Amino acid sequence: MNQYPAWKYLLILLVLLTGVLYALPNLFGEDPAIQVTSTRGAAIPLDLEANIEDTLVVENLEFKNMERAGNRVLYRFNSTEDQLRASGVIKEALGDQYVVALNLAHATPTWLRALGGKPMTLGLDLQGGVHFLMQVDMDTARGQQLDRYVDDLRSVLRDERIRYVSVRREGNGLLALLRSVEDRDKALDLIRRDQSLQGLIVDELDTVEYFGIAATVQEAQLLELQQTALKQNINTLRNRVNEIGVAEPVIQQQGADRVVVQLPGVQDTVEAKKIIGATATLEYRAVDEANDGFTAAQTGRIPPESRLYTDASGQPILLKKRLIVAGDQLIGASSGFDQQSGQPQVSVTLDGVGAKRMLDFTRDNVGNRMAVVYIEQKPGGRKTEEVISVAVVREPFGKRFQTTGLDSMAEASQLALLLRAGALAAPMEIVEERTVGPSLGADNVAQGFKSVLIGFILVLVFMAAYYRVFGLVADLALFANLFLLMALLSMLGATLTMPGIAGIVLTIGMAVDANVLIFERIREELRSGNTPQASIRAGYDKAFSTIADANITTLIAAFVLFLFGTGPIKGFAVTLSLGIVTSMFTAIMGTRAVVNLIYGGKKRVRKLSI
Amino acid sequence: MKFLNKKTDIDFMGQRKVAFVFSIIFILLSIGSLVTRGLNFGLDFTGGTLIEVSYPSAPRVSDVRDHLSDAGMTDAVVQTFGTATDIVVRIPPRDNEDETNAEISTVVLTALQEGVEGEIVMRRVEFVGPQVGDELTEQGILAVVYALIGIFLYVMMRFQWRFSVGAVTALVHDIIITMGIISLVQIEFDLTVVAALLAVIGYSLNDTIVLFDRIRENFPKLRKASSLEVVNISVNQTLSRTLMTSVTTLLVLVALFIFGGEIIHAFAFTLIVGVMIGTYSSIYVASTTLLELGVSKFDLLAVEKEGAGAVLDQNP
Repeated sequence: MNQYPAWKYLLILLVLLTGVLYALPNLFGEDPAIQVTSTRGAAIPLDLEANIEDTLVVENLEFKNMERAGNRVLYRFNSTEDQLRASGVIKEALGDQYVVALNLAHATPTWLRALGGKPMTLGLDLQGGVHFLMQVDMDTARGQQLDRYVDDLRSVLRDERIRYVSVRREGNGLLALLRSVEDRDKALDLIRRDQSLQGLIVDELDTVEYFGIAATVQEAQLLELQQTALKQNINTLRNRVNEIGVAEPVIQQQGADRVVVQLPGVQDTVEAKKIIGATATLEYRAVDEANDGFTAAQTGRIPPESRLYTDASGQPILLKKRLIVAGDQLIGASSGFDQQSGQPQVSVTLDGVGAKRMLDFTRDNVGNRMAVVYIEQKPGGRKTEEVISVAVVREPFGKRFQTTGLDSMAEASQLALLLRAGALAAPMEIVEERTVGPSLGADNVAQGFKSVLIGFILVLVFMAAYYRVFGLVADLALFANLFLLMALLSMLGATLTMPGIAGIVLTIGMAVDANVLIFERIREELRSGNTPQASIRAGYDKAFSTIADANITTLIAAFVLFLFGTGPIKGFAVTLSLGIVTSMFTAIMGTRAVVNLIYGGKKRVRKLSI
Repeated sequence: MKFLNKKTDIDFMGQRKVAFVFSIIFILLSIGSLVTRGLNFGLDFTGGTLIEVSYPSAPRVSDVRDHLSDAGMTDAVVQTFGTATDIVVRIPPRDNEDETNAEISTVVLTALQEGVEGEIVMRRVEFVGPQVGDELTEQGILAVVYALIGIFLYVMMRFQWRFSVGAVTALVHDIIITMGIISLVQIEFDLTVVAALLAVIGYSLNDTIVLFDRIRENFPKLRKASSLEVVNISVNQTLSRTLMTSVTTLLVLVALFIFGGEIIHAFAFTLIVGVMIGTYSSIYVASTTLLELGVSKFDLLAVEKEGAGAVLDQNP
């Protein structure tokens, strides 16, 4: 009578088993853990492992187990207290070379993990953490690019011994003035040929006295610059976040000029914000010994090859425009105390080019002074430049040296971190922040769980009371639906957020709709005098197109929600849509199978319990 | 157990003039409230900073305010949140160049800790810059509009244009009244409420489609009946399902509202209101519109033959 072919039962069973299997990891919870990675991305040497374990034994800290995966090692602990204590101890033992991050490692058994089982990721609103949306200040990036072209053009002209009146930025382009047509032709030729000046669109522009070249940057070049700036910023952010020690950060591009940064578990947001948004870097410049800063400041007559700065004590000082070394030639930096003065200092290591330039300069300038300029770029193109130290060069040096003049040890270690992580190509501004403290996260989990549970039980009871045996069948389907939904969310690596939980709750309420539609149809068929078996068949058949139409329209709404929603709203849309899909399966095929098993085989069914 | 033990035969469409007046009054009241009281826009749309902290013991709100104005936060709004020990501080967006908006939360947290024994616990910080706020507003409106367009097209494809107009009219009706009620009780209108509104659209539409489906099915069956009778019979036939689904959905929503915590309150409230209005509107607004547009069996015969429904119906 009402029977499914065997393959259909098998299929349903298979889907359900898979569902249970992949929903399972969510039941095992998480272990507080510590993750150690090398800052350079290299693998952790074996003796280091022994070192860490010895340290833990000495401190009487027990760990559950240790795992090695790629270039990181992970230690699981029994309690959060142990984890926190161990983190301090390990950090001390390892020093700057390694990143020690707190982590929550899921406690899924190995065999399950081998099958690809993993629990749902909890969103920041559930586990606590920081979400930043950062916008790259592209205007400033463009300005910097123009400045670079100006510098390059000047040095190319100088190298080729073409005398120019001036080369400067003019609005959105640059303007070079030359004395003769010949010089200009040579300059134009250079611009076309020189590698560093590619991407300029040039135009001749004559003034009364001079022969000018007006140049603008090609649109494609600007776009490329924008993309490179964004990429470099993301890279730098990633380095910085690694330096802070965050276990599973998310750093992603969003749109043309924005970056999303998510740091789960970070509690000190003030510190995180400082480090992520900072644009501090150092420049090393020679002091203009031939001219006096005071006179220059008073008369306003600044030598063309120099610039006027103010030093740490507020005195004017003239520094050469030509840079010796800039922050991007730094490959290593660490903080410490100066052994003689006890002042905080940053030890710097330069790359090959930087080291050679530094050596050349210091060899020629023993006895002269060199200044360190601390530069911070603020959004909107504002820049603060501060001369933090001026020191006499006592002997030539190259690759490694120290810089002092910092206010505090904290400033020194932060500067060292920033120098290590690399500079941002363009300043960034935080345009959105959502931080959830761990206590609120825990509350959200508890409340979310409770509301799902209570809503679920209410619906179960109500369905059973209203549709009796068929109601119980629908309840089974609801259970299956919850498992399938959890399994799907886990397999897809979806992030569970509070709105996501709301989506699950709503799905429970709406998932029974399909069954309600079917059961009401069956009742109707029974009322019009059909036999029970025929009523079951007709009920399922007739309700199908209604269910499909109704669910597809809901899917349309959910899809739009997904397209337009950001972050948590997307989570709601995802759970809602997946819930609709799984509920179609369980409420139609699933319940039909069970109903068939109960009533289908019997020749004569007098009455349906509906 | 059954709500409706035997076949109901209520003359729903007979009351459609009363319902029409009722809906119009509600819509006018809603628009009135939206115009005069407006929506209590949340941080997502206005921009600004919100900081929620938990004190070891209940602080005096006036003290908190004083500490904040000492720190230069004279425009801060301080409220308790849920319990007496939880405090929420809201700061409007600023154009100040020196102090970026992102730094405000740091200043506030330091100021709040002052004069408090024990440590205050940061529960959450939300900051939305003005550029983001404007975008979110735009996206919210666009989302609703695109959802409506998508639904209009789908219903037109599966049924016919009169049904599309009926469905979308009902949805617009639901959105206006739900928003009117949100404005009346001044629930904070944030992103989760927009999500809830879209879920209401989905839900209400669900109901409407079920009814339309039945009307489409009944037209060829009841060849002698007038359009009004067909609609009436269809509403009666789907009535118990409509009520049943509303009840189960409302059950879980009430659970969410009571146990889900402060953050999900506005969301659950919007859905509860929306589900009730959506249930009403699919009975009255959608089908009344359908009748007023002069739907008849001739509208559907062609669709029935070539429609995709015929194919779908064959599946189990």
